[in-house]
Amino acid sequence: MTGFKTPLKIAGGVALASLLLALPALGQDAPAEEVVEAATGGEAAIQTQYILNSFLMLFGGILVFWMAAGFAMLEAGFVRTKNVSMQLLKNVTMYSLACLAYYVIGYMIMYPGDAWMVDGIIGAIGIAVLEPVGLAAEAADLTYATVSSDFFFQVMFCATAASIVSGTVAERIKLLPFLIFVAVLTALVYPIQASWKWGGGFLDQMGFLDFAGSTVVHSVGGWAALAGAIILGARKGKYNPDGTVRAIPGSNMPLAVLGMFILWMGWYGFNGASQLAMGTVGDIADVGRVMANTNAGAIGGALAAAALSALIYKKVDLTFVINGALAGLVSVTAEPLTPGLGTASLIGAVGGAIVVFSVPLLDRLKIDDVVGAIPVHLFAGIWGTIAVVFTNPDANIGVQLIAILTVGVFVFGISLVVWGILKAIMGLRPSAEDEDLGLDVAEVGVEAYPEFK
Amino acid sequence: MKLVVAIIKPSRLEEVRQALNSLDVHGMTVTEVKGYGRQKGHSEIYRGTEYAVHFLPKLKVEIAVDDALADAVGAAIRDAAQTGRIGDGKIFILDLLAVTRIRTGETGASAL
Repeated sequence: MTGFKTPLKIAGGVALASLLLALPALGQDAPAEEVVEAATGGEAAIQTQYILNSFLMLFGGILVFWMAAGFAMLEAGFVRTKNVSMQLLKNVTMYSLACLAYYVIGYMIMYPGDAWMVDGIIGAIGIAVLEPVGLAAEAADLTYATVSSDFFFQVMFCATAASIVSGTVAERIKLLPFLIFVAVLTALVYPIQASWKWGGGFLDQMGFLDFAGSTVVHSVGGWAALAGAIILGARKGKYNPDGTVRAIPGSNMPLAVLGMFILWMGWYGFNGASQLAMGTVGDIADVGRVMANTNAGAIGGALAAAALSALIYKKVDLTFVINGALAGLVSVTAEPLTPGLGTASLIGAVGGAIVVFSVPLLDRLKIDDVVGAIPVHLFAGIWGTIAVVFTNPDANIGVQLIAILTVGVFVFGISLVVWGILKAIMGLRPSAEDEDLGLDVAEVGVEAYPEFK
Repeated sequence: MKLVVAIIKPSRLEEVRQALNSLDVHGMTVTEVKGYGRQKGHSEIYRGTEYAVHFLPKLKVEIAVDDALADAVGAAIRDAAQTGRIGDGKIFILDLLAVTRIRTGETGASAL
């Protein structure tokens, strides 16, 4: 401990601020002892807690929103120039549709409160309703945070889960069937399974732990992506008839790395704001811990991927390092609070290793995942969910596995059905000529790189 | 000696390369080009404005061969690059006056 003066000044400042903010709530005849307790007990006054909790989720929501830019840049960098506009278009429209679906149906299914249709399994039907303008303190339920901040934060998670799918199926899927799948995923599939945990449903009651969504968000996107890749098939020319694999390099590494760093930054909100509270000393310390561990997971994944790539392939493949960092982030997302920084790095490192081994494995199974979303979000998501038991004494490996399996069967099963129906009704793939020409020309009408290359 | 110049659809490059491999062809040069023949371009719409795209992406493959091999190479390229649809491309055969291998200084047929 380097010195007591600065922490003491800060504590004094917080106490003074709490005092000033607490006075109106307590009224004119506030006994002096109550005010003093609010300052020294490590908690802000109730209204202040409510405000800080809400602010955390607003701030976190903005960061998670920013991950949409991360996905867009990452995917734009991993596809060929002739498909970049299409990939970007998918990202913008998919994000918008996800938010619409979540507002119209998803939010109430995920957070029915007491209004479950099937208790603990199927939530409520209704659109999301925010507080009226100018919420009065007396009219608010001050136990948690504003509905508006909660909705704003949670809608971003829904969009993130859907975004995972677009990278895997890139370069050979038509826009419309993709968007219809996203609508089903974000209106029903994601909210229903998320309600089982975060809505207080049966998984939560069993003691399943998933802090920010290694299973609830990332593996869901991963299962949906896996189902899509299987039903859709690989890009033309990816897997040769003689069994060899053709590498199809991405067109823009700067964009890919920019996307990675943007996602990394967004993750501070994704994990950090999942504390859902900032009004006590303990809470804010936890938020800081979560953010520091989030970073630790990422660097562990990046370094592990770099080292393994060098060892196995004699080259440090940048795309493996990108995937490794993201897998590290996914790995700590289920439990970014309880590990120490070293353990968080190790958990992330395992995620990075998973990526390096599973990317070639998918190719051997002829599952064409353009950006590595399945290793990063599904496999590392499963690992992260299991890893909770190593640092959190309240976690039970049996329960974690049941949850992984339940969510997996539900999401993968329904996704297979939906992709299959869409394939039968309207077809998923563009024609072979359109795939050769590039989807920018074939479907978007705007080439990302129109000039003479 | 002859220089075989083929304008082909980009998606057929791998097939052409494999076909030439089996013919004892020692190398080739590939350039990305744009062009058109009877395959007209198409029109696009950008922000409400229609515009014509005349030039389509193609690949130009150049191979230097012995006189005796020229026809066989041309036929192999045609078989491999053909899709049956308009825009498959063309093959030109030019007279090649001299060849030098830069590394060793060899000239003539042994430099091919």
